[in-house]
Amino acid sequence: KDSAHLPHTSVGLNKVKRVTVICVLQDINSNMWNMKQLAYGALARRANQIKAELRQGVRKPYKEVIDVFRGDLHGAGMKPLTFVRQVLAACVYPPLINSNNLPLDVRQRAQKELGRCVGGSVGSYSAAAGIPEIVHSISEFIKRRDGGIPSHPENIYISPGSQWSISNILNVLVNREASPRTGVLIPVPCHNKTVLSITQLGAVTVPYYLSEEQAWALQVEELQRALESAKGVCSPVALYVINPEIQQVFIPVIRFAWEKRLFLLVDELYQDCVYGENCEFVSYKRTLSEMGPPFSGTVELASFHSVSKGFLGECGLRAGYVELVNLDPAVMKHIHTIFSKDSCAPVLGQIALDLMTDPPKPGDPSYPLYKQIEHIRAVLVHNVKRVHEVINSLPGFSCPPFEGGLFAFPRLNLTPKAVQKAKELGLQPDTFYCTRLLEEGGVFTSPGWEYGQKEGTYHIRFCIAAPQDIMEELLRRLSSFHMTFMKDFS
Amino acid sequence: MKSMYKITLQLQRCARDITNMSQQAVNGISHRGRVLTLDSMNPNVKRVEYAVRGPIVQRAVQIEKELKEGVKKPFTEVIKANIGDAHAMGQKPITFFRQVLALCSYPALLEDSKFPEDAKKRAQRILEACGGHSIGAYSTSQGIECIRQDVARYIEKRDGGIPSNPDNIYLSTGASDAIVTILKLLVCGEGRDRTGVMISIPQYPLYSAALADLGAVQINYYLDEDNCWSLNITELRRALNAAREHCNPRVLCIINPGNPTGQVQSRQCIEDVIRFAKEEHLFLMADEVYQDNVYAEGCQFHSFKKVLFEMGPEYSNTVEMASFHSTSKCYMGECGFRGGYMEVINLDPEVKAQLIKLVSVRLCPPVPGQALLDLVVNPPQPDEPSYATFMKERTAVLSTLAEKARLTEQIFNTVPGITCNPVQGAMYTFPGITLPQKAIDKAKELGLVPDMFYCMRLLEEDGICLVPGSGFGQREGTYHFRMTILPPTDKLKVVLQKIREFHLRFTQEFS
Repeated sequence: KDSAHLPHTSVGLNKVKRVTVICVLQDINSNMWNMKQLAYGALARRANQIKAELRQGVRKPYKEVIDVFRGDLHGAGMKPLTFVRQVLAACVYPPLINSNNLPLDVRQRAQKELGRCVGGSVGSYSAAAGIPEIVHSISEFIKRRDGGIPSHPENIYISPGSQWSISNILNVLVNREASPRTGVLIPVPCHNKTVLSITQLGAVTVPYYLSEEQAWALQVEELQRALESAKGVCSPVALYVINPEIQQVFIPVIRFAWEKRLFLLVDELYQDCVYGENCEFVSYKRTLSEMGPPFSGTVELASFHSVSKGFLGECGLRAGYVELVNLDPAVMKHIHTIFSKDSCAPVLGQIALDLMTDPPKPGDPSYPLYKQIEHIRAVLVHNVKRVHEVINSLPGFSCPPFEGGLFAFPRLNLTPKAVQKAKELGLQPDTFYCTRLLEEGGVFTSPGWEYGQKEGTYHIRFCIAAPQDIMEELLRRLSSFHMTFMKDFS
Repeated sequence: MKSMYKITLQLQRCARDITNMSQQAVNGISHRGRVLTLDSMNPNVKRVEYAVRGPIVQRAVQIEKELKEGVKKPFTEVIKANIGDAHAMGQKPITFFRQVLALCSYPALLEDSKFPEDAKKRAQRILEACGGHSIGAYSTSQGIECIRQDVARYIEKRDGGIPSNPDNIYLSTGASDAIVTILKLLVCGEGRDRTGVMISIPQYPLYSAALADLGAVQINYYLDEDNCWSLNITELRRALNAAREHCNPRVLCIINPGNPTGQVQSRQCIEDVIRFAKEEHLFLMADEVYQDNVYAEGCQFHSFKKVLFEMGPEYSNTVEMASFHSTSKCYMGECGFRGGYMEVINLDPEVKAQLIKLVSVRLCPPVPGQALLDLVVNPPQPDEPSYATFMKERTAVLSTLAEKARLTEQIFNTVPGITCNPVQGAMYTFPGITLPQKAIDKAKELGLVPDMFYCMRLLEEDGICLVPGSGFGQREGTYHFRMTILPPTDKLKVVLQKIREFHLRFTQEFS
């Protein structure tokens, strides 16, 4: 916890000392203190500063910052899908529906989407769970994806991004007044937003380590160890897993959740990001269903997806959904109320979700162009290979082969000298590396520390969804910087 | 190298184990109940209600389905006058805003001569500020910097030059998101030290819902129905002193212009509230989403921040405050974009650092909503091509609303048993209804709150969906409903007429 002892004075807007401030650090929700202070803020500020300096013509060893900090395809230079943006534009400004400049199927689709909006406008609220026809579309998409296993629209809620629904479901699970406190098992490494959500709600994270030696595989024995470690510390109610991105052992995990009475929270945002040969995404829900009774009818599961990742990459539109499986109907009523007080997800985002789950089909005028996604996939497959090649060719840098997800998470073997220097600067060693990489190489990555890693190991994380030429440039700069860095601290 | 999804192999390996487990289950040994039940779930969540989308709306949706299926009813459509959604009721969006947003969505349209130059300029500026020049990229959690700068400039202009710092502006997913964020930050303590939050009765039920969810203590202060829903400092003091017995009051929420009551606070009143907040060490939350919706003669919107600063440094340096605004109301009515912001004043820097952590959890507010907000605070100027149309549309929306506000008050006050305060601002009317004792008894019989019973009957008989006053809070023994003034004027006249007839019928039936 940060120090809670501050004098009751502070500097206000006009820099006059004042007394009896209502709200100092110890006056706020104490869960805030427990939320990890991420390096992101400082790094992002510096990245923005550098971008501004470059715009002003300040000389640097690079002409622009390569921003691969987040899983943000557009931010890294990938282009939005034309069909999606044409439909959205026509929905936003309906006179475009009569414009011959847009393909017929775009105009028809826009008309269809607007017909589903109350008052025919994307500016009106939708139903709390989302526009009913779009929710239905999502359930059909899930059914198709899962080989015909039914998906019920009333179990689906659309929200402004997946983190929003993860927060809502956690909120229902976490009993603030419970003693011992509610625990949630989370993987290490893990998306830091989910960890922040858990902490903010006053629950405890129970880390289970993914096995770096086995390309970040989840091992059930490790789940067992983690659960044991929670004894006397907290009361775990949920197990959060990410699918894909790492090797999964679905059936033992589901059995584990069944045996140990854990609610399964399954992050499946990266289901489109599967690259290996003969690799096909299989959802946890499908596996659960195929396992049959007693599991299929009892293990409670929440699966999350969104328009932010995959080929649409529409992070800024903020639309995701959760599908809830095997939940108590009485609890579902309350979940509905929780979502309804949030009003609804942004309508443009909902429409993007509809386009994602019900895209152009062969024969539609926009289908050939929509096949842009094949090109995107090819770029990702290529990038994955190149990253693996280049990183592993550098001393003090290693990267297991990865077949899914949007990030590389290579391991840095930093010298004691480098670690020492970082300590002197008050930085985590990998944060220090990322800071220098940003300054000297103009590449904005994030430190492994933000996501969790085994003590004494260091990593960096960067998004591999960038156009090929940008990825090559990134790898060139990274190699050059890395060699210099390793030499400087040898 | 192991491939990721060797399900068959795993199935074979586990098949034997599963058979054993199933056997155990069949033997009744490990019957597994649900993890998440009414008993195990967060008890606070069970206390959350949100009347605006509550049971009466669910029934309205059901009735709409029935109508679609051809079920015969005494009406052909359900008029949803429950929710403050202007476009749903036929209000048209502002052309300029939609043009810029279309250009942002599909930048190839920048080549299209049908779009005016000023719209293209705005779009280009916004796109330049977006990652990868796309509204699909994440922004920073606090919101795109140049948009926050524009918001700060708007606030300065609105408030007669009082400085606004973009660092104190946080863009959000609608104003509701920002309101809940501040409450999440402030609510703490246990037992008698639990944070108490003062909110007007009647109130917009987001507040009661959020307070229930957070396990905060709700401190009700009653607005004065006999005096146009005005706010009384004596009443604030009464509520505060009573609350001090059982909680730690730290926050005072005020909605101005009011929802559901529509009153526009006088400048004197705002000063008094600020003075009260300072004396009693309360954090002020000023919900100002209806700031352009002011209709009554002699009424004017005064921002809390402006008044605070005009009261001098003794107040402007000390009172801690957050003001909220949104793109959902006023003349824009763009609820579906989820755009909004808050401005925080005098927040301790270390508390601000924690606030940043909190807003980062949801990554960032929707970028189209941020873009829309930029246009709202930076609309066409007199020397720009789109100005004339923009002003025409804006004036038309606001004057129509003003007219409907007057009409509503006028007609409701002709109905014996309905008393309607002037709708000074916002988008709603909250008339008091006198219910015969027999109706109240009947409601009790049915297990319904009396004004819910009244509204349900109105829905079933006339297809008009309102929200019962009990959803917003009201003095014990009084009954109200909230109706929006958003239906188009002709339809509104019909609605008012129908409600009048219904009320007379209802009163007659239970006399």
